[in-house]
Amino acid sequence: MAAALTSQLHALVNNMFATGLLDDQFQQLQMLQDFSAPDFVSEVVTLFCDDGERIIGELARELDKPNVDFDRVDSFAHQLKGSSASVGAQKVKNTCIQFREFCQQRSRDGCLKTLDLVRTEFYDLRNKFQAMLQLEQQIQACYPKH
Amino acid sequence: MGVGGGGGGGGGGGREAGEGEAAVRKRWRVKVRLSTAAVVVWVLASAALWAGLHWRFRRAALHKAEEGLVCMCEERARMLQDQFAVSVNHVHALAILVATFHYDKLPPALDQDTFAAYAARTSFERPLLSGVAYAQRVVHTDRESFERQQGWIIKTMKHEPSSVQDEYAPVIYSQETISYIEGLDVMSGEEDRENILRARATGKAVLTSPFRLMSNHLGVVLTFPVYLVDLPEDAKVEDRVSATAGYLGGAFDVESLVENLLRQLAGNQELVVNVYDVTNHSNPLVMYGSEIPLATPSPSHTCMLDFGDPFRKHHMICRYRNKPHVPWSAITTPSGVFVICMLVGYIVYAAWSRYDNVKEDCRKMEELKKRAEAADIAKSQFLATVSHEIRTPMNGVLGMLDMLLDTELKSTQRDYAQTAQVCGKALISLINEVLDRAKIEAGKLDLESVPFDLRSILDDVISLFSSKSREKGIELAVYVSEKVPEILLGDPGRFRQIITNLVGNSIKFTERGHIFVQVHLADHSNLATEAKIEPVANGMNGHKDEGSAISTSVTQNTLSGFEAADSRNNWENFNLLLSYETNEMPYESGSDKVTLVVSVEDTGIGIPLHAQGRVFTPFMQADSSTSRNYGGTGIGLSISKCLVEIMGGQINFVSRPLVGSTFTFTAVLRRCDKNAISDNKPVLLHPLPSSFKGLSALLVDKRPVRATVTKYHLQRLGIASEVVSTTELALSVLSGRNGSSLTSMGKKQPCMLLIESDSWGSQMDVSLHARLQEMKQNGRTRLLPKVFLLSAAESDKVKTIYLVDSVIAKPLKASALAACLFQALGITQPSNENRNDSGSLHGRDGSGSLHGLLLGKNILVVDDNKVNLRVAAGTLKKYGAKVECVESGKHALSLLQVPYKFDLCLMDIQMPEMDGFEATRQIRAMEGKANEQADDGDDSGSESTAKTAKWHLPILAMTADVIQATHEECTKCGMDGYVSKPFEEKQLFQAVQKFLGPSMSS
Repeated sequence: MAAALTSQLHALVNNMFATGLLDDQFQQLQMLQDFSAPDFVSEVVTLFCDDGERIIGELARELDKPNVDFDRVDSFAHQLKGSSASVGAQKVKNTCIQFREFCQQRSRDGCLKTLDLVRTEFYDLRNKFQAMLQLEQQIQACYPKH
Repeated sequence: MGVGGGGGGGGGGGREAGEGEAAVRKRWRVKVRLSTAAVVVWVLASAALWAGLHWRFRRAALHKAEEGLVCMCEERARMLQDQFAVSVNHVHALAILVATFHYDKLPPALDQDTFAAYAARTSFERPLLSGVAYAQRVVHTDRESFERQQGWIIKTMKHEPSSVQDEYAPVIYSQETISYIEGLDVMSGEEDRENILRARATGKAVLTSPFRLMSNHLGVVLTFPVYLVDLPEDAKVEDRVSATAGYLGGAFDVESLVENLLRQLAGNQELVVNVYDVTNHSNPLVMYGSEIPLATPSPSHTCMLDFGDPFRKHHMICRYRNKPHVPWSAITTPSGVFVICMLVGYIVYAAWSRYDNVKEDCRKMEELKKRAEAADIAKSQFLATVSHEIRTPMNGVLGMLDMLLDTELKSTQRDYAQTAQVCGKALISLINEVLDRAKIEAGKLDLESVPFDLRSILDDVISLFSSKSREKGIELAVYVSEKVPEILLGDPGRFRQIITNLVGNSIKFTERGHIFVQVHLADHSNLATEAKIEPVANGMNGHKDEGSAISTSVTQNTLSGFEAADSRNNWENFNLLLSYETNEMPYESGSDKVTLVVSVEDTGIGIPLHAQGRVFTPFMQADSSTSRNYGGTGIGLSISKCLVEIMGGQINFVSRPLVGSTFTFTAVLRRCDKNAISDNKPVLLHPLPSSFKGLSALLVDKRPVRATVTKYHLQRLGIASEVVSTTELALSVLSGRNGSSLTSMGKKQPCMLLIESDSWGSQMDVSLHARLQEMKQNGRTRLLPKVFLLSAAESDKVKTIYLVDSVIAKPLKASALAACLFQALGITQPSNENRNDSGSLHGRDGSGSLHGLLLGKNILVVDDNKVNLRVAAGTLKKYGAKVECVESGKHALSLLQVPYKFDLCLMDIQMPEMDGFEATRQIRAMEGKANEQADDGDDSGSESTAKTAKWHLPILAMTADVIQATHEECTKCGMDGYVSKPFEEKQLFQAVQKFLGPSMSS
């Protein structure tokens, strides 16, 4: 049971690396998780998911306004880029870079288009993260607590 | 004028950049049309000018011809008149003669024979008269007597007997030429009768109208009256008639007259002269010339002629025989002008079209230039971005490899991982170089100005390459002139980069011999090259024994004995430099600037002559095989050149293939007083241990240059040294046999003996040992010197072979030398100086050091991004740090109240409300205030105040964007540096180690 779940988890994570959703930074995060900080990855990932959702919401709201404050949009995008870089969410990070370029060009259409892309990528990633966390929990549940 | 208008029109046509193709074509068509119009107008104008000029010239020619005509005509008329008058006068004279014979004589005393003879003999006077004759007035009543007297009857002109008339005028005397008219009644002819009547009424010569003479020439008959008495001028007509005795007449050959006359005059051929009798205006009679009028109306001139007969009127008409031809100049001159106009027009047109082309080309160039510049900027940005984007994952790869190497690995796995790491590092360094280059090109590279110790930097560089040089068996040495200030203001990182690059190149291309880095002041270096001309008299003064120096088998007086490319670096010159330094130089001025000359000399393969010109061009290596054999990209030298130029210096090189290369560069740095270094600026200083001050050493080395280098390193440790060339000499010095020569050491015995490995023959160790022992027993020396062997080979190996106290591994560097001496001499090392090696950042145990640095440290991390915060905290915790996280600058400020417990603060730059710069500024302000208070409260004088007298929390910026976050920007607001985000182990270590070194630990 636990072995199957573990292999499933490995497959999922490997898939995420293979498709370029994640990069090495995520591996570093995984390495940071040890006995002193057993839930480090899930903590960071959860933080990232909540933060990302909030920022995407903010971005959508900002871009919806008649007069878009591109500086504000840019600072949100910067935050999202920072978060995703820290987590190693490569695709989201790259799209954020693209997004910021459109911001600097003051292109609302470009921003909206990229925002859609960011959103799709982010939710895709979030779903996979959630699946991953679920699997981890299940695996942990299989082992008796020390 | 047409062209000018056309040009203006062309220039006026809009010049908007970025017009469509259609607009360009339309403009082109308009331009063509305009220029065609201009050409047509210009040609027409030129033609009109031609016509105008031609007409003018023609007019002038005609006018001139007319004037000539008038002139000639008048001349002819006057002459004709004169000639005619002369002839008339002669006839007149004859008439008077005849009259004279009639005075009071009846019959007159004249007869036909006399008259004929006289007339014939005087006919030369009247060449134009065919002959003269005298007719007597005979009234009808006297006819019979007259006829009887003469013996013939009066006949009419038609040779018929005359009918009865009132009066007759028969010719009685005649010249022989016209004797046929004798006896003819002249009055029977209509014309003659009229003539006679008019002549006797006026008493003057009268003329008939022209008629054909017997000679078939046109002529007139001239008639003079002959009076019996001498009549007064105002005599009445009746008196005149009654006094008339007869009439003298002659036929005048007008045609011959005019002909002769004209023949005498110039221009006869071209002139047609007609003489007319115009007594009857309506019917002019021709006296001379053809009657046929010339067909074309040509200019003519009419002159009045006065032949002395007031009744008759004559005039002369002259005209040119041919129509006066138009002079050639009337055609050639305007044609010339026309041609000139055409040429001028063509020139203007050509110039204009050329101007137009050039302007068009210029516009295109401008456009291309703009595009090229944009492309260049885009390239730089692309390079910077891409480099950065590559760096981030690469750092991940390297970090992971680091971590992988920390784990338990099989030897093959370790080998693979190490290879991967080496490759990755090479890639990173390449990317860094590209990034540097892009920064330089973008003008974003700013130099730091911090105090640094040049010597320790050179030591670092040397130690970086020490393993390589040892592997290859190359001598690697550094010498810094005494005159170079200990602490300089400048950019140590960039300085190190240049030297590292040059030495790295040298190492790469050198298989034997040496690499020698020298630093001098520019003034000395210049002096030495100047002084080179004069013979170096004191060339050997640094050497103890001249004889032995010459006897050594060294072919070249360089560091390793191999020839170097730049002959300036041989011993003579080097020594000259040294001698200048020992003398007191006048350059010890207060000038703030210090110009250093750094040369890196190697004895490698050199640079092929054909490649020397492009050594500093980026990505250019000597040839393509170079990169195959030696690796590298060839960007390093170009970066070095840029850096040197930014530092206000120059870089150049001398290279001889198969001999070696010497790269020399200058750099302008500033002096820095050691005391003036402010506390808040981190100083990259690695103080050397001072425990050796006052010791002395004896050095055995046969190569003066190398000896000088060793001496330099010893001197830095405070050890005075003397050089001898062989161990024999050293022993003799030690034993005091030759003791007087050691002047500088005085009576002091050297406590160490350093021997170069090539002066160390086989079995020497034993004999040396024995000799030393012997000396001690003899009591010649109180203290047995420790024996050190200077060797470039692996130290452990040598030590086991030779019986020496210690082996000092080349390349020499002061700190390593010190460590070795400590060990051998048994001097305990002060604890705070025990960080020289751990402080340097080479070595594979980077992560271990990071762990060591961070263990137990209190670190404050400020970032508004929770994810970043969590990750940063996690990473730092892994290295053993105690981390506190806050999410805003304000919150950080509230935590940072003096006295605080943190050793380090990492701060994000972009944060809402209060960004990293502002937060740092406030923290620094607060610290400043606290420090002031501490100073004020100094009187209370407890040791705790002294300890915490200067609050300065190291603050490092966390940034993802390396190119924007220049060091300057960070330092401007009081930050101490920056770390990349996400953390890169090496970079984090570099940034942190300045502040969390062992000496900083409280």
